[in-house]
Amino acid sequence: MAQTEYAVRLEHVTKTFGSVVANKDVSLGVRRGEILSLLGENGSGKTTLMNMIAGIYFPDEGDIYVNDEPLTIRSPRDALDLGIGMIHQHFKLVDVFTATENIALSMGGNEKFDLKKVHDKARAICEKYQFALDLDQKVYEMSVSQKQTLEIVKVLYRGADILILDEPTAVLTPQETERLFAVIRNMKADGKAVIIITHKLHEVLAISDRVAILRKGEYVGDIDTRDATEAKLTEMMVGEKVELNIERPEPVNRVKRLDIRNLTVRNAEGITVLDDASFSVYGGEILGIAGISGNGQKELLEAIAGLQPVESSTAIEFYAPEKEDTPIQLVGKTPKAIREAGIHLSFVPEDRLGMGLVGSMGMTDNMMLKSYGSGHSPLVDRKTPHDLAATIQRELGVVTPDLNTPVSRLSGGNVQKVLVGRELAANPIVLMTAYAVRGLDINTSYTIYRLLNEQKKNGVAVIYVGEDLDVLLELCDRILVLCGGKVNGILDGRKTTKEEVGLRMTRLAEEEQV
Amino acid sequence: MHSSLVAWIMRAIPFGTIIMYGALGEILTEKSGNLNLGVPGIMYLGGFAGFASAWAYENSVPNPNGAVSVLIALFFAIVASMLGGLIYAFLTISLRANQNVTGLALTTFGMGVANFFGVFILNGASYSAAPVANKAFAAKIPVLSGLGDLGRTMFSYGFLAYAAIVLAIVLHWFLTRTRAGLNLRAVGENPATADAAGINVTLYKYLATCIGAGICGIGGLYYVLDYNQGIWATTGQIEALGWLAVALVIFTTWKPLNAIWGAYLFGMLYWLYQFLPSLLGIKMAIYMTDLVQMLPYVVTIVVLIVVSMRKKKENQPPAHLGLAYFREER
Amino acid sequence: MSQTVTAAHEPLLRIAKREGTTLPQKILVRAIAILLALVVDALFIFFVTGLNPLSVYGVMWNGTFANTTRFNWMLRDLSILLCVGIALAPAFKMRFWNCGGEGQILVGGLVSALIMVYLGSNLPAPLLFAAMGIGSMAAGALWAFVPAWFKARWNTNETLFTLMMNYVATSIVACATNIMRGQASSLGTLNKATKAGWFPIILGQRYTINIIVVFVLMFAMYGYLKYLKQGYEISVVGESENTARYAGINVRKVTIRTMMLSGLICGLCGFLIVAGKDQTISTTSAGGRGFTAIIVAWLAKFNTFSMALISFLLVFLERGASEIASAYSLNEYAADIITGIILFFILGSEFFINYRVIPRGAHKEGK
Repeated sequence: MAQTEYAVRLEHVTKTFGSVVANKDVSLGVRRGEILSLLGENGSGKTTLMNMIAGIYFPDEGDIYVNDEPLTIRSPRDALDLGIGMIHQHFKLVDVFTATENIALSMGGNEKFDLKKVHDKARAICEKYQFALDLDQKVYEMSVSQKQTLEIVKVLYRGADILILDEPTAVLTPQETERLFAVIRNMKADGKAVIIITHKLHEVLAISDRVAILRKGEYVGDIDTRDATEAKLTEMMVGEKVELNIERPEPVNRVKRLDIRNLTVRNAEGITVLDDASFSVYGGEILGIAGISGNGQKELLEAIAGLQPVESSTAIEFYAPEKEDTPIQLVGKTPKAIREAGIHLSFVPEDRLGMGLVGSMGMTDNMMLKSYGSGHSPLVDRKTPHDLAATIQRELGVVTPDLNTPVSRLSGGNVQKVLVGRELAANPIVLMTAYAVRGLDINTSYTIYRLLNEQKKNGVAVIYVGEDLDVLLELCDRILVLCGGKVNGILDGRKTTKEEVGLRMTRLAEEEQV
Repeated sequence: MHSSLVAWIMRAIPFGTIIMYGALGEILTEKSGNLNLGVPGIMYLGGFAGFASAWAYENSVPNPNGAVSVLIALFFAIVASMLGGLIYAFLTISLRANQNVTGLALTTFGMGVANFFGVFILNGASYSAAPVANKAFAAKIPVLSGLGDLGRTMFSYGFLAYAAIVLAIVLHWFLTRTRAGLNLRAVGENPATADAAGINVTLYKYLATCIGAGICGIGGLYYVLDYNQGIWATTGQIEALGWLAVALVIFTTWKPLNAIWGAYLFGMLYWLYQFLPSLLGIKMAIYMTDLVQMLPYVVTIVVLIVVSMRKKKENQPPAHLGLAYFREER
Repeated sequence: MSQTVTAAHEPLLRIAKREGTTLPQKILVRAIAILLALVVDALFIFFVTGLNPLSVYGVMWNGTFANTTRFNWMLRDLSILLCVGIALAPAFKMRFWNCGGEGQILVGGLVSALIMVYLGSNLPAPLLFAAMGIGSMAAGALWAFVPAWFKARWNTNETLFTLMMNYVATSIVACATNIMRGQASSLGTLNKATKAGWFPIILGQRYTINIIVVFVLMFAMYGYLKYLKQGYEISVVGESENTARYAGINVRKVTIRTMMLSGLICGLCGFLIVAGKDQTISTTSAGGRGFTAIIVAWLAKFNTFSMALISFLLVFLERGASEIASAYSLNEYAADIITGIILFFILGSEFFINYRVIPRGAHKEGK
């Protein structure tokens, strides 16, 4: 038998979900002792592709080769038996089990079941890689990074020699990321094949040997990391040489709309997720919010929207255009009370189908989500929302069979257009968006940027929570950086640099705090 | 007063044994994430199949043997109830039908089958008996059961009463100490995780549901051939017992060991109305007995509420209880 | 290639989500399911009784369509079952598993019976009916309020809670009937002499009012869910609580209100049973309809008109089976078996509406 070049290889793989093509005719492979970065925008099909190697999804077409043998991976069990281990972005852990029990779940079938031994072996792994993990702790008591560590220990325990890591650094601190990379390099030295899914370019350059790029579900090509530059990778990732060139008009007639003081939020477990955040939001400008995901962005927006209980020290004051000298206190008001006070607060939440829209309803019924209660009639008015839906469909070019087709059947970009369209139609005074372009193609993203800029020009106060620093730097007038739930500086979008924002996302600058 | 306490316990333990089987079977099923509301129907199937096979055996051989009768009855009871479980499993696991609705349909079906054929066997009589099987099932432990009140309260039940306790302990051991038990719990808590760990989710769900149903069926068998003295009567009582078993599952917070004392407690509560007056030396109006009989359910409701208020993770139902699993769900 | 392959086969069958099944397809799938169920039932009838299934089905048909009386009985039973189905619809639409219809009917019926017996001779008929109606609806609503409040406050599992409430209700009814019957061996028909609290006979039947009320309810509930703001709120809460909160809907309030509405209609059903059908109350007054209606409401996907169809199917089977029972001296439990089998098939058929099965080798199949 010929020396196997690739540990695992995909040939012409296609996968569709309903009408959505997640992967189209993708061929790629990873060698032993190699770290391959799988790079692509959100929604480019990276995770779906890897899930097929891990046996979660079954390809519609195409073949998978492991050690140059054509194999059918029907289930995760098949994948595990072939030595393929995947660390999913959404952890595959049982909450009520201890770390040890979770590790025992993935142990091999011919190993004797003995939790004590599992514990000892796992402890040895932890010591070898210097993981601080309490093996007797229940998963529901663990922090995200502890869960991440546990996932890695699980895969190491299993002795997998083909490893797939799906955005492993999204929730890690820089130190934790560095330690993870050290572990991955060790694995590489052991001759394992490693695939890392990510969209962070600097990490790609730091860790990988080769980069494979996906765009909109299709394979674009690969490049050796030593020949790659951030510009080159971005170009491959988005398809054309990007000069983002997002329009950024100078703010005119800046007026204070929101004054937020000492915003503190504790989550259900009593952990402080937002710590004494104070800032102001002005009409006629876009305030960007940067931070590693899970650093309080969600709570921040939800607290303003009246969806998140806040600590008593908090003040959120709204300055209405008509009476700018008497601010209205928003703390303690429900979304309905805020609306009834005449405050036009629009909110495009991160979870589009789980919060912003009702997936099983059509465009028309989704239009009335926030407005159905207006008027005194007990009957719902479907005429106005129907017209609104038709307008949005026409103006934003929403592709849908008809206005009553459940929005969950639309593609991600169209779903977002429906949501943004509705929120803009409410004539907002303050507009909050969370990850508004996540998973969208470039064209739709630019449509969104254009719409936000239009709102800004109309004097709307726009809050833009984003993850792509380049976009934040080109779009926003000011950038508020969140780190560990604290406001770690508010920077001028025109003057600051990516490095500065990135630094503040990861390290608290106490002396500089204003 | 002393003697009525003994009598009370001796009523409560057999009663508790019936629902203990039901609850143990359902715990096993629910640990896999399947909420099977077909327990009453399955208990009917088990009770009837066991009874009918014992009856047929006794009426077809000249000198029926007790031990053979027991084996035949047990075999058919378990097989019939496992078949009932299999219907449920196929519909909810393979075809992903709604669990609540399928369970209720199974209860209708099981009740129908048992009573339909039951009436055939009755053939006009108001009851029918399988005396040999009854005698074998209800045989007390010799010697020990004669040792005073303590001996009577502890040793004067048929072997299935003791088997139930052993089963509870075995089940506890299985769930907490074995690989399969750990895997099963993972399936009920988080099937996607179990699946990713290479556990055959479908197989575990099928096995847990069918074996669980088999255990439930023994409860029905015990009811007919021991508790009810080998008499098949077309009554609705098995149904009420089946729901009580479902209640007991909640009461135990899905822990088999709790089912032992929980079942006896339910038995004590259920028979409270008969012994309360003599224990307290009061006279109770007959209609009060009905009110006292709701106690097991009220206690269950209280447990349900307390558990939901305390939110202790270990006492919650399996997280994926009642939901179907489809690997490619997005 | 001649290598040893560990797992080289595509699975024999695999499944994928299906979207956009058209209405004719859905009807076809269900029709096939019912047809298959009838075939299985026919086999069952033949092997157990040796009778010709076709003639048995013929007799079954007579159970409903032999004459007007039969047809009227069918309507009577249909209206009660449909009434419970309608009651459960809003709760289910909200994804609240109200398995307590049985108990809510019983407490409603009990309050009706109590008012009938203790106020029957004191109140003029219109006032008496009003008192009975309002009393039963309040009782049913209260019975539903208890689990709803705990669900809203602490997320207490409603399936199990409502299930337990049924037996609490049964105990109370048993207690009350034992008090009411006094020395008699059973409660018997209430107000036999005065007929106070009995619905008047219209078009030759006492239960005509039941049919009318339920018929109106069917339209009312359809409209409530589809055209009223409250109905819209129910759909949003049922789909996603997060979305509901985002939209400014008070989830707790909607949960409790909807569940109380559900219990209220169940209570009303208890009133209809007592005043229009049985003229008495017992622990079996609800007769398992609280459970059967769960199946009705679920299969109809909360559409009250489909509920009428499914209720008809079930009542038709039930009446047919009792017809078979008397014609061939079998017993009425045959109805449970036949119904059970049909339900299994309909429940199973949903799968083919939501998923498609891809056999091995159909690799290049389009979607």
